[in-house]
Amino acid sequence: MITNYFYIAVILPFIGFLFNGLLGSRIKNEKIIGWIGSGVVGIAFLIAVFSFIEVISLPVGERKIIIPLFKWIAVERLDISFSYLIDPLSLVMALVVTGVGFLIHIYSIGYMHGDKGFWRFFAYLNLFIFMMMNLILADNFVLMFLGWEGVGLCSYLLIGFWYDRKFDKSTTADAAKKAFIVNRVGDFGFLLGMFLIYKTFESLNFEEVFVLATKIPLNEVTITLITLFLFIGATGKSAQIPLYVWLPDAMAGPTPVSALIHAATMVTAGVYMVSRCSVLFVQSEVTMMIVAVVGAFTAIFAASMGLVQNDIKKILAYSTISQLGYMFLASGVGAFSAAIFHLTTHAFFKALLFLGAGSVIHAMHEEQNIKNMGGLKTYLPTTYKTFLVASLAIAGIPPLSGFFSKDEILWETYASGYYVLYLIGLITALMTAFYVFRLFNLTFEGKPRFPSHIHPHESPKVMTVPLIILAILSAIGGFIGIPEVFSGEKGNLFKNWLHPIYEPAETYLFHVNLHSHATEILLMIISVLAGVAGILMARHFYLKSIKPIDWAISKFKKLYNVLFNKYYVDEIYDLLIVTPIVKVSEKFLWKINDTLLIDGFINGTAEIINDLAKVIRKVQTGIVQFYALIMIFGITLIIFLLLI
Amino acid sequence: MMPMKNYILTLTIFLPLIGAVLLLFINNEKKNLLRYFSLIISVITFILSLGLFFGYRDNQVGFQFVTKFEWIKSLNISYHIGIDGISLLLILLTTFLTPITILSTWESIQTKVKEFLFFFLVLETGMIGVFASLDLFLFYIFWEAMLIPMYFIIGIWGGENRIYAAIKFFLYTMFGSLLMLVAIIALGVSAMNQLGYFTTDYTVLKTISSNLLYSTQLLMFLAFALSFAIKVPVFPFHTWLPDAHVEAPTAGSVILAGVLLKMGTYGLLRFCLTLFPQISIDLAPYLSVLGIIGIIYGALVSMVQPDMKKLIAYSSVSHLGFVVLGIFAMTIESAQGALIQMINHGLSTGALFLLVGMIYDRRHTRLISEFGGIAKVVPIYSTILLIVSLSSIGLPGLNGFIGEFLILIGTFKSSVLNSYWYAAFAATGVIFAAVYLLWMYQRVVFGKLENQHNKDLKDLNSREIGLLLPILLLIVWIGIYPSTFLNKSELSIKNILKEVNPTKVELIKK
Repeated sequence: MITNYFYIAVILPFIGFLFNGLLGSRIKNEKIIGWIGSGVVGIAFLIAVFSFIEVISLPVGERKIIIPLFKWIAVERLDISFSYLIDPLSLVMALVVTGVGFLIHIYSIGYMHGDKGFWRFFAYLNLFIFMMMNLILADNFVLMFLGWEGVGLCSYLLIGFWYDRKFDKSTTADAAKKAFIVNRVGDFGFLLGMFLIYKTFESLNFEEVFVLATKIPLNEVTITLITLFLFIGATGKSAQIPLYVWLPDAMAGPTPVSALIHAATMVTAGVYMVSRCSVLFVQSEVTMMIVAVVGAFTAIFAASMGLVQNDIKKILAYSTISQLGYMFLASGVGAFSAAIFHLTTHAFFKALLFLGAGSVIHAMHEEQNIKNMGGLKTYLPTTYKTFLVASLAIAGIPPLSGFFSKDEILWETYASGYYVLYLIGLITALMTAFYVFRLFNLTFEGKPRFPSHIHPHESPKVMTVPLIILAILSAIGGFIGIPEVFSGEKGNLFKNWLHPIYEPAETYLFHVNLHSHATEILLMIISVLAGVAGILMARHFYLKSIKPIDWAISKFKKLYNVLFNKYYVDEIYDLLIVTPIVKVSEKFLWKINDTLLIDGFINGTAEIINDLAKVIRKVQTGIVQFYALIMIFGITLIIFLLLI
Repeated sequence: MMPMKNYILTLTIFLPLIGAVLLLFINNEKKNLLRYFSLIISVITFILSLGLFFGYRDNQVGFQFVTKFEWIKSLNISYHIGIDGISLLLILLTTFLTPITILSTWESIQTKVKEFLFFFLVLETGMIGVFASLDLFLFYIFWEAMLIPMYFIIGIWGGENRIYAAIKFFLYTMFGSLLMLVAIIALGVSAMNQLGYFTTDYTVLKTISSNLLYSTQLLMFLAFALSFAIKVPVFPFHTWLPDAHVEAPTAGSVILAGVLLKMGTYGLLRFCLTLFPQISIDLAPYLSVLGIIGIIYGALVSMVQPDMKKLIAYSSVSHLGFVVLGIFAMTIESAQGALIQMINHGLSTGALFLLVGMIYDRRHTRLISEFGGIAKVVPIYSTILLIVSLSSIGLPGLNGFIGEFLILIGTFKSSVLNSYWYAAFAATGVIFAAVYLLWMYQRVVFGKLENQHNKDLKDLNSREIGLLLPILLLIVWIGIYPSTFLNKSELSIKNILKEVNPTKVELIKK
């Protein structure tokens, strides 16, 4: 079976990394570097595809293959191996990561053409795929954590790829550091979660922990803490409230990076982790509620900021945060397979949106402000068409992929009785359609607003072909998860495929499904209407008459500013956390405590001894009679003391 | 009768000293001969220690390569040496770092080369001796013996403020070690009371020390612990460290951070725990708290340092805080983690000091603000600095993670500490480490290359790359396959913990 050799799909990108990292600067030939970098990922994808075919032909109960490689950390009961778990969930992830990853690698050959760091770029990209594969294929928490931190490192390296450039008010290097550190805050939670799991189950192996979790009675506080800690980790990696702040800044990296790491794959790691640990999460109602609420609020919060941004990539970044929010909302209401379904379709259309944006930025000579674009559809026909498909998909227009996955989430939320969260989700859908089409209209439609010396041109084939493939996937990708209400007997194929993963969790979910198919169809119509309304509003305000918007902005200037400045969250974090820590460390800990107090005490003692010595030295007069006198005094004193 | 192979340990200890004496017969002017000679001596020492490594049986309890001769007969003081898995790894670290460090002085030490190398080799004997001694008096001799060469290395080849730093270093450590001497003698005297003869043999003393009065034990423990704590250094006894590091020449810093500090943690693990088990358990929470303060305090103060060397010096306080915590959490995981963290710190911080030294050789400044954007001119340097920084940050896949992870997970489940808060606070160090190192890295390597002096900075030469490569190799090796080293020490660690606390340490047969 090819599946038994799945580790080759992990190692290949690492070989690509070593090859390009060590030899790339000497080879200098972009073709060799680019095709080797892409090729290793392509082969990994093929391995994933063949394994998928093999696994799907196995009986449902046997769809779990463990590939042990070697022992990693073994002390006492702690027994952690490099060993990979191939099952329906990790296969879906592996297909998305290598598939979308491969397309983005190819695209990068065109996008990064001529960059001095071309080899470095491909080396990092390959390293990323390697780490991501470890994250999703790991059969234990610690190996997952290796991938988890590893992708964070690649994200750091790639955000700061153009390390000497300015970005916004600071630099790319600042953005990179911020991403790493905010993620580390999340990882702190992940670590504590692991410790508590080890303490509770005496194992960190998925299989062992998850089986035990269903068998032994768990303390409610313990399981709530475990899952909350893990969820803190997820909010870091997947950019949820309150740790989302790094993702908008991550746009400082080259656009293919934004597509691959900060949209399609890495940022979904948190969703994957929650899904993987579903059997733990469902055992704590509190955590599930928090996950759902955080997801829903992040969705609407990020969407609101996306409404007013003018940087094409920033809008997409907020959109990503918002869509990830949907995925957590789904997880929180127990619809894990809906979350993974949306993760998959989102990977298609969001990667496409970013790559399309990259094509636009390329054509516009690094211009990213959509206010300075317009009318690009005649110049960039392929980008235009594919971007339209992606926009319709994210807006939830049937039968494109986003419709099925988003609708499943909304329906599941409603069905589990979270009506408020459902409403938030619905409003977010409207806002999503609006901001995406605002972006779309300002970029492609209308009259050009850029200076005449810029002559935009369509990107080369190496970039447009991936766009077309992703457009096809964004269009038809949703058919793998057609809801039962339409597909009837066969049921939801995607859900069935993942069913064995969530089976243990489902026993803990008590939903009584009182709602009929009629309700489901009605809700579907409502959400489609919301999407259409958003599109029409954007069309009206940004194509037909811009005046109402200008009027609204001037009328609600304060609100606009709050949104435009992203609720000042960065500034608040700076004021409340960053500045105090730095100031206290410098002014108090170092300059006062270390230098003044401790060293002062030490040096002071030394001086006192020195001074004392100066005094005592005077006793050493060298006059023998004086010594004799002192001796007599001393002896008298001792005798006196002994007598009484 | 002792088998021949046991002499290999004695030879490992004294070969550097023999080399140092022979060095005296070489002409002062033949600098390269002096250098090659010392390098070869230290490499042979390393090879000898590899013999120890491969000859050590990790499934056998107790000390191996034991050698014992009578030395001061009237006091029953003997030349008693031997190693277990713990000392084995630390000896290996010493013999591994010494040749690398000697190689690093090739160009940076130009004055009094012979004296420098002499002190250096004497230092090596002292360090290996400390880790191999099984007699407390012998231990004390080696402990003091290595203080002197270090004092001269800082005081003669150091920076501007070297005299202040050298004296501070000397007095701080001397203060601690005198207390330790008193405690050693007191232990010997109590042996006389119990057994009828004076002795300083560790293996004998640990059988009688727990019969002493609680208050006596407490005082002795404090004397030992203070001496070791100063060496580590544990907060608040750490202020000698930044000064010593900043003033010491690169080679001095590497050995100071790489090996000397470990003598403190080694002492805590070997002597404090086993000689005074009850006190260790009772005081474990306090020492752990000091460890945690060290972790956070060291990291925070490190973050705001303008000088790279001082930044790394403070980061040592943070990293060794983890080691102290790991020792006093008293679980097999945490103690194994502490040992591997000692090795890791030696490698990563040693490499960081080497790297800072290399840039100092070129620019004669270590101020972070003097740099920026050097990735363009020194790509190899920047890459290696990144890998080493990441290892120090504790990125999984590199060595630093293994140590921190084991320490934290062990602390978390520790029944001696019995609270989650220790691990939770200590784990914040994981965040801060990323802050101070990445921030430094960003300011030095990233950004625009604006300072004119940096425009024609030369990248690392093959000697410099060559001496860093073995360290990089080990950084990855320990990160991916730590079992090579963990296996050597597991039984010894279990043994120590069993002696401390037979009830709370469960021994699991694998």
